[in-house]
Amino acid sequence: MSEKTQTTRRVLAEYTYEPPPVERGYTGRTLYVNLSNNTIAAKPVTDVMKEKFIGGRGFGLWLLWHGVKDDTQWNDPENEIVISSGPIGGVTQYPGSGKSLVVAISPTTHSVMDSNVGGHFGPLLKFAGWDAIEIQGKAEEDVIVVIDGPGGRITIEEAPDVPVDTHLVGHWLIEQLAEKEEDRYFISSVSAGTGAENTLIGCLNFSFYDRRRKAPRFKQAGRGGIGTVFRDKHIKALVVRSGPVRGDSNHPADLQRIARVGAKLHKEIHDYDDEQNRMRKRGTPYLVQIMNDYDLLPVHNFKYGSHPDAVKINGDVWEARFTQGLPDGCWYGCTLSCSHAVDGYTVRTGPYKGQTVIVDGPEYETIAGCGANCGIFDPDAILEINFYCDTYGIDTISFGTLTAFVMECYEAGILDKEKTGGLELHFGNAEAAIELLHQMARGEGFGKIAGQGIRRMKQIFAERFGADPAFLQDIGMEAKGLEYSEYVTKESLAQQGGYGLTNKGPQHDEAWLIFMDMVSNLLPTFEDKAEALHYFPMWRTWFGLCGLCKLPWNDIVPPDNAYTDEPAKIPDHVQNYVELFSGVTGRKVTADDLITMSEAVYNFQRVFNLRLGFGRREHDAVPYRSVGPVTVEEYESRAERYDKQLQETLGLDPEKMTTEEKIAALRQYREEQYQKLIDAVYKRRGWTSDGVPKVETLKRLGIDFPEVVAVVKKYL
Amino acid sequence: MIRVNNRDEVEWEEGLTVSGLLERFRYTFPHIIVSINGEVVPREEYPTRVIPNGADVRVIHLIAGG
Repeated sequence: MSEKTQTTRRVLAEYTYEPPPVERGYTGRTLYVNLSNNTIAAKPVTDVMKEKFIGGRGFGLWLLWHGVKDDTQWNDPENEIVISSGPIGGVTQYPGSGKSLVVAISPTTHSVMDSNVGGHFGPLLKFAGWDAIEIQGKAEEDVIVVIDGPGGRITIEEAPDVPVDTHLVGHWLIEQLAEKEEDRYFISSVSAGTGAENTLIGCLNFSFYDRRRKAPRFKQAGRGGIGTVFRDKHIKALVVRSGPVRGDSNHPADLQRIARVGAKLHKEIHDYDDEQNRMRKRGTPYLVQIMNDYDLLPVHNFKYGSHPDAVKINGDVWEARFTQGLPDGCWYGCTLSCSHAVDGYTVRTGPYKGQTVIVDGPEYETIAGCGANCGIFDPDAILEINFYCDTYGIDTISFGTLTAFVMECYEAGILDKEKTGGLELHFGNAEAAIELLHQMARGEGFGKIAGQGIRRMKQIFAERFGADPAFLQDIGMEAKGLEYSEYVTKESLAQQGGYGLTNKGPQHDEAWLIFMDMVSNLLPTFEDKAEALHYFPMWRTWFGLCGLCKLPWNDIVPPDNAYTDEPAKIPDHVQNYVELFSGVTGRKVTADDLITMSEAVYNFQRVFNLRLGFGRREHDAVPYRSVGPVTVEEYESRAERYDKQLQETLGLDPEKMTTEEKIAALRQYREEQYQKLIDAVYKRRGWTSDGVPKVETLKRLGIDFPEVVAVVKKYL
Repeated sequence: MIRVNNRDEVEWEEGLTVSGLLERFRYTFPHIIVSINGEVVPREEYPTRVIPNGADVRVIHLIAGG
């Protein structure tokens, strides 16, 4: 591989190494690459890193903490992108064991961002000799970084001839770097695209080679603009090659222990997936109809939770569009295999018009965000947006949510054709949404404004167009600078916190409590909600420390789960993870230990936010659209529900009130509830009333390092 | 009258089955646990298990999604 690359591109830096054996899930070193001075170096993985930070997001945060300064901005050379899988990453016996975690300082939140992603890069990086890659500095011209494990060679290479958009660069790299068919299986790339260059919402695409389709496919680390950081560093691609992946490549402490729980879960998937979520046939799009049925599917910028046309984009539709019968796992051995694709899609707009491509997905979030939330119920339009977002390196969630915001502003008269350069951005205008996406990728026209994200758009619309900042604040679905992912939270106070009381911003990967709270009524008190907002974010953080996907935890459920003490936690699967962690690392742990591991990393990340000037109570504020109805039409669409709350909870008589008065009364009540929730959650998490982790909390978790304590002391 | 999830009161009707109740509430999510007066109802009995008047019914939705 390396010989071929040498002949075509100038090598700016080279590093040779002997890949160490992986022992119990770790190689024991991380790779440091500095693009400003073309340094490549190895760093040791310390005992503290393994003990307290575990791997994945934990390693990323630790390395980033030491790489940046208190005032580092996202586009400063010292900002880093760190990618790490985790000790379990690369296991082939247990489904969902191939995730990578990416961290960086974000261009939209200006604080720490983490994003998880499938594909082969993280595990192959480990099998090429590295527990993490840490990229710092900024290249003068576009480069690729090639990590060749079997060749024991790492290079930074000039890349003027390498395409930028992902579907091109992914194919190009495979053709350039694989000398024989088998090489393709163990090569993975990370890339972004032209959209990542020209917006702040760039994503990263992680490839995996699909042996049946004989083509690279891509999973996205979407959130928070890390793709934008990637292109700002002038990286076109990172590429890794490892030797063949085997069942014991992780050299686990007890392979049989892993194989036992893996076989149990494979059988559950085989026996029950068809009657449960049908992940193997439709993947996450199964959620569209369910969210619509429960009034949770975002429609028209989160105004509503359902729409009669949702049936046109639900799981049945996607099951028919996805090619069936292929093992669509994004890592080896994942029998839940939810990474479906639409094959043979012919692109109908933009620079790739007429090309026939594979569209990876769409996932639920893309369908809900770029579809229902924008009033678009046309599957082909959703596919077009999905394809272009991916290849341009644009996060589909941020694109969907910010386009829905733009559309509401258009319909409210804040924007018009003159201000948008001719785009009629009404809800449901798919063609205008697609053109907006092309403009974003080119960094032109109104797309250049929209590509800055909702937080900046609010400022621009107020300053340039005289829009009411308070209204924009109410309907702009972002918190901390990150666009909301795609669930309506108005009727679930716990999930308002599940989005608002997060480290990175409103993304559902910390907690999804809507059913427990709103439907099942299992969290009736503030203390109950706070306990859930302790346990579940910590539980789900743990997946990101180890290189695991969340889906096999609870998108397949054993039949006797109903009879357990805490069915919402899927206790049998929690025990699987205890076995898995111990089986790989040899560390004897309990289920409680897994939560404590996460607590340490989670609190460290909160302190990291503080260090960068965020992470306090004021930063956990949420837009009112996520709490209750903002507009008259919104209130009146669910008047029975809201009137009932005014009557039964507040003792008011809705008959004697105007809709505006009712909105105001409900708002006062619901906003007070959110503040009470914050109090309860901070208390449960061991934080002050301003959201600052107490020193005693840091001590309990063993992360009371002097530099960490020094940060919190400024706020105590 | 029956009480659902310790919150919602609904009119009882003769012959109301678990499936009928789930339909009435539009509870379409596949990961549901139903109990009547503290006893878990096996999924295969949903179409036939009749809910008695005054019952305390819990329809617990497990978390998925996200």
